[in-house]
Amino acid sequence: MSTATKNQAATDGSLKIVQDATCTFCGCVCDDIDLSVKDNHIVEAKRACVLGKSWFFNHYVDQRPSCLISGRPASIEEGIERAAKILAGAKYPIIYGLSDTTCEAQRIAVGIGDWIGGNVDTTTSVCHGPSGMAFQGVGEVTCSLGEIANRGDLIIFWGSNPAESHPRHFTKYSLMPKGMFLPNGRKDRTCVLVDVRKTKSAKAADIFLQIKPRKDFEALWILRALAQNLSLDPAEVEDETGVPLSAWQDLMGRMKQAKFGVLLFGMGLTMTRGKHLNSEALLALVRDMNAYTRFVAKPMRGHGNVTGADNVVSWQTGYPFGVNMSRGYPRFNPGEYTTADTLARREADAAMIIASDPMSNFSQAARERLLAIPYISLDPKETPTTRGATVAFTTATYGINTAGTVYRMDDVPIPLRPAFDSPHPSDFEILSGIERRVKALKAAVRL
Amino acid sequence: MSELFVLIPGRTSKQGCGISEGKFTDAYQSETTILQICPKDMQRLGLNEGDRVRLSSETGQVEVAVTAAKGDELPPGVLFIAYGDLSSRLMGGDTHGSGMPTSKGLDVALEKIA
Amino acid sequence: MPSSRFKISGGTLYDPVHGIDGQVRDLWIQDGKIVAAPTDPQVRADKTLDAAGMVVMPGGIDMHCHIAGPKVNVARKMRPEEKRLAPKVLRTATTHGGTMGSVPSTFATGYKYAGMGYTTAFDAAIPPLAARHVHEEFDDTPCIDKGFYVLVGNNHYIMRAIQEQEPERLKAFLGWLLSSAKGYAPKMVNPGGVEVWKQRQGGNVSNLDSVVEHFNVTPRQIIRSVAQAAEELKLPHRVHIHANNLGLPGNWTTTLETMQALEGHGGHLTHIQFHSYGGGAGDEDTFNSKAVQLAEYVNSHPNITIDVGQVMFGHTTSMTGDGPLGYYLSNIYKSKWFSSDTEMEAGCGIAPIEYKNKSLIHSLQWAIGLEWYLLVEDPWRVVMSTDHPNGGSFLAYPQIVRLLMDRTWRNDVLKTVSPLVRKRSALANLDREYSLYEICIITRSGPARILGLKNKGHLGPGADADITIYTPHDNKETMFELPRYVIKSGEVIVELGEVRDPVRGKTLHVAPDYDHGVEADIAQWFEKYYSIRFRNYPVTEDYMRQHETIACGG
Repeated sequence: MSTATKNQAATDGSLKIVQDATCTFCGCVCDDIDLSVKDNHIVEAKRACVLGKSWFFNHYVDQRPSCLISGRPASIEEGIERAAKILAGAKYPIIYGLSDTTCEAQRIAVGIGDWIGGNVDTTTSVCHGPSGMAFQGVGEVTCSLGEIANRGDLIIFWGSNPAESHPRHFTKYSLMPKGMFLPNGRKDRTCVLVDVRKTKSAKAADIFLQIKPRKDFEALWILRALAQNLSLDPAEVEDETGVPLSAWQDLMGRMKQAKFGVLLFGMGLTMTRGKHLNSEALLALVRDMNAYTRFVAKPMRGHGNVTGADNVVSWQTGYPFGVNMSRGYPRFNPGEYTTADTLARREADAAMIIASDPMSNFSQAARERLLAIPYISLDPKETPTTRGATVAFTTATYGINTAGTVYRMDDVPIPLRPAFDSPHPSDFEILSGIERRVKALKAAVRL
Repeated sequence: MSELFVLIPGRTSKQGCGISEGKFTDAYQSETTILQICPKDMQRLGLNEGDRVRLSSETGQVEVAVTAAKGDELPPGVLFIAYGDLSSRLMGGDTHGSGMPTSKGLDVALEKIA
Repeated sequence: MPSSRFKISGGTLYDPVHGIDGQVRDLWIQDGKIVAAPTDPQVRADKTLDAAGMVVMPGGIDMHCHIAGPKVNVARKMRPEEKRLAPKVLRTATTHGGTMGSVPSTFATGYKYAGMGYTTAFDAAIPPLAARHVHEEFDDTPCIDKGFYVLVGNNHYIMRAIQEQEPERLKAFLGWLLSSAKGYAPKMVNPGGVEVWKQRQGGNVSNLDSVVEHFNVTPRQIIRSVAQAAEELKLPHRVHIHANNLGLPGNWTTTLETMQALEGHGGHLTHIQFHSYGGGAGDEDTFNSKAVQLAEYVNSHPNITIDVGQVMFGHTTSMTGDGPLGYYLSNIYKSKWFSSDTEMEAGCGIAPIEYKNKSLIHSLQWAIGLEWYLLVEDPWRVVMSTDHPNGGSFLAYPQIVRLLMDRTWRNDVLKTVSPLVRKRSALANLDREYSLYEICIITRSGPARILGLKNKGHLGPGADADITIYTPHDNKETMFELPRYVIKSGEVIVELGEVRDPVRGKTLHVAPDYDHGVEADIAQWFEKYYSIRFRNYPVTEDYMRQHETIACGG
């Protein structure tokens, strides 16, 4: 494999139409986008939202080299060799990211993690990882997004701002659709927003409850108590949550009267003090509600294929994220094997970062460690992380240049329909090359 | 003279678009380096649009320009900034055994830069 | 260059399809298939495996388990606590590390099935919307051939076609659905009941004539209509039925009516142990076995086949496409609970459970499973299963073999369970013992025949060279848990439980002929109600790196 052998995309000015292409920017994974492609540019993206349009219009063929070693252009083969040596030679190598690439690439990456006896962790750990832990505690009552569209008559968003993070969620899945049991669409539904800020999503809601920051846990337990008809002190409730007891009682009344209630929650819960305990309170509340009516919960997953990453890591290792394979079999421990920790505690001594940007998103301590160790990056775009990488691969963009599979936030797997070829290799190709080399290097050590 | 606030970093439309446009573009850089504050707090602290302030958390310190939050998006005492390099600098490395650093609802001290 | 010949020499063969019951014969293998011995005595094998003194059988076939797809993967994520204590699957130079517990990781699943001498397995409950996910997991499940059944018993299009009395449209839809998913057979799980569960709190149907609101159909209509369509499509495995009222006291009448509702059409009733209970609803004190009564019906109706769904004592994970059942179980066990409803298609329930031999209910469940093996007269119509992991792990099969072949041991175990079992089931009075020949039928030849797999479950020319070689042992559990060699597609992949060469294994699926004219109507309906596009629904062939289309007909 080398750049020279890749097909150069058409630049003859002809217009190509790709129907039902899939947008992989956010967890909505809309698969109804009609793309018009001209000269390796997407010039139209029908039905895409503002984030989707930005995604499709700004991914064109990047003129940067496909591989840089220490900032200097290098062949892909050299890059793969160097990357494999870094990973195979490390004592505590970590693999991180993975939420913005195909499942096909993720599967290879987890395999590499196994061969090198390293860690595999995904952006889930700093997204809905806490919800994953909560799920391990109490379970989850949930459904596919089409169920919400067809049945959901009470839609509650909690700590989530879909107007800005998942712009088509309202129109495609949760509020506007005319569903099988909701022939009048929006008119048949009630929408409630619970948040500490009156975000842009508040306009879409019938009821907005503004709670005090860091009081999600308390508010959710108040609802659990009200579900059981326990009496609560109004002054205490309002003082604690910033919302009067009567408003919580009104909400619980609506929740019990709903035929099919839906609680969609965001990182307002998982990133705030309490983390998995916040998510657990919410999942437990929704479970409780099934004693009165049908009720489901769903985390609003962020990145295009973060749900695929959870699935792939789970089926190959048995655990969803934060997995360590140094003993020859997978072990799981959030806080121990998660990337924010292994970097901030200066444990990791080499890294491979796939399609994510810890140099922008991680704590100062973690960033300092990453810059101090050799690491490999794979990304279609230049980011602070690719700039600091020992080996930086510029890769083709999933869904725009490469085919593959992506899992929507509700675990529904969706195929990709690429629009045009990239001169850059795919994540899958680079990772497959690295996997072959680390396997060989590790086998040589064993002999 | 500094005052304590609760900072909520989060996603915005422009920050999301900026990821696709490129993190070194002006649009992304400006979106992730402007702090929103509720108009009442701005008035009380004598802050004007574009004034620079210093935010300090337990682990880090950054300087940002302020803007008034639209309408009643923010209650008094709460600040908002789009996710990015600056918001992450205020976040600690400890995850309390969860893998997730506390990334929203951060205690910060706000101080006007003279 | 002619392909190489591999000979297994001098083994004691069990091949019930050809009536071979423990005869010493050579087996010749070429290109992954069993071939006739060369007529020219000068022809020598390129490789010979000396199987003298060993027992040679076709590779085992698990026709009902849960090993891949959304439900299984959620259960993996949900149960970190049991993996910590479970045996480890260590990485080798050629195989991946993995985790066990009741829901092993994909690689571990492939290695452990093969290590136990099983070379084919079918996942029993897949919402077609998630078919692509299953194919991806299958690609990471090495060593075995695999396929899956497609959930249809609560499918909206099917219920609508029944309501509108359009059997031809139902048939065409079923053909389209199986082809799109690249699935193997239609599966009904609590027909109609899951849709009611989606519609209201604690919802379910209570009997075969309960009406499913909005669609105005009954479970009886769903069962009969799908069975008829499957027969007309000539599917190799007609219909796989998880009947209504699973696990409930007194459910045996529903089971009997379900068999009757087939009206002579071929049908497979799965994990029938869970459907053979007498007693009053909500009254545990009257809980008892009705295996004798139901087995009588099975014995006299050759259109019916069953697998058992044997319960084994210990911790496991219950996972089902039966949403209301998941709710019921989680309330009984007060455990964590997962439930997920899939639009237009299906439901799902998962909860950790433990079967205790001190519990009367669990002891009876254990006994009823054994009764079924011992009461069905024709071994070709009863198949070994634990409904992995619902009744227990597939790794319990060798123990079940011993329970069936060794009456003394069975009675010893019976003494350790709740003493009331002797009164409420017929087990203590059953002294039948299985022969190796019969074990071979209920673990390979029978399921192959029931599934319509002509190239599996036997050792004649043309069969896939999937072969298990055992060292005979008085303790049949010891014999069956650690085969000496396991051969997959003509390659020795396992020796004494150690995986040497993890071959990929292929995906088995059907592609029935159907009236393609139906697709326009499906597309219209689809775009109205589904949350993904019609064009993005069917699974393309490139999701299966190795596959075989099993012909319809017959």
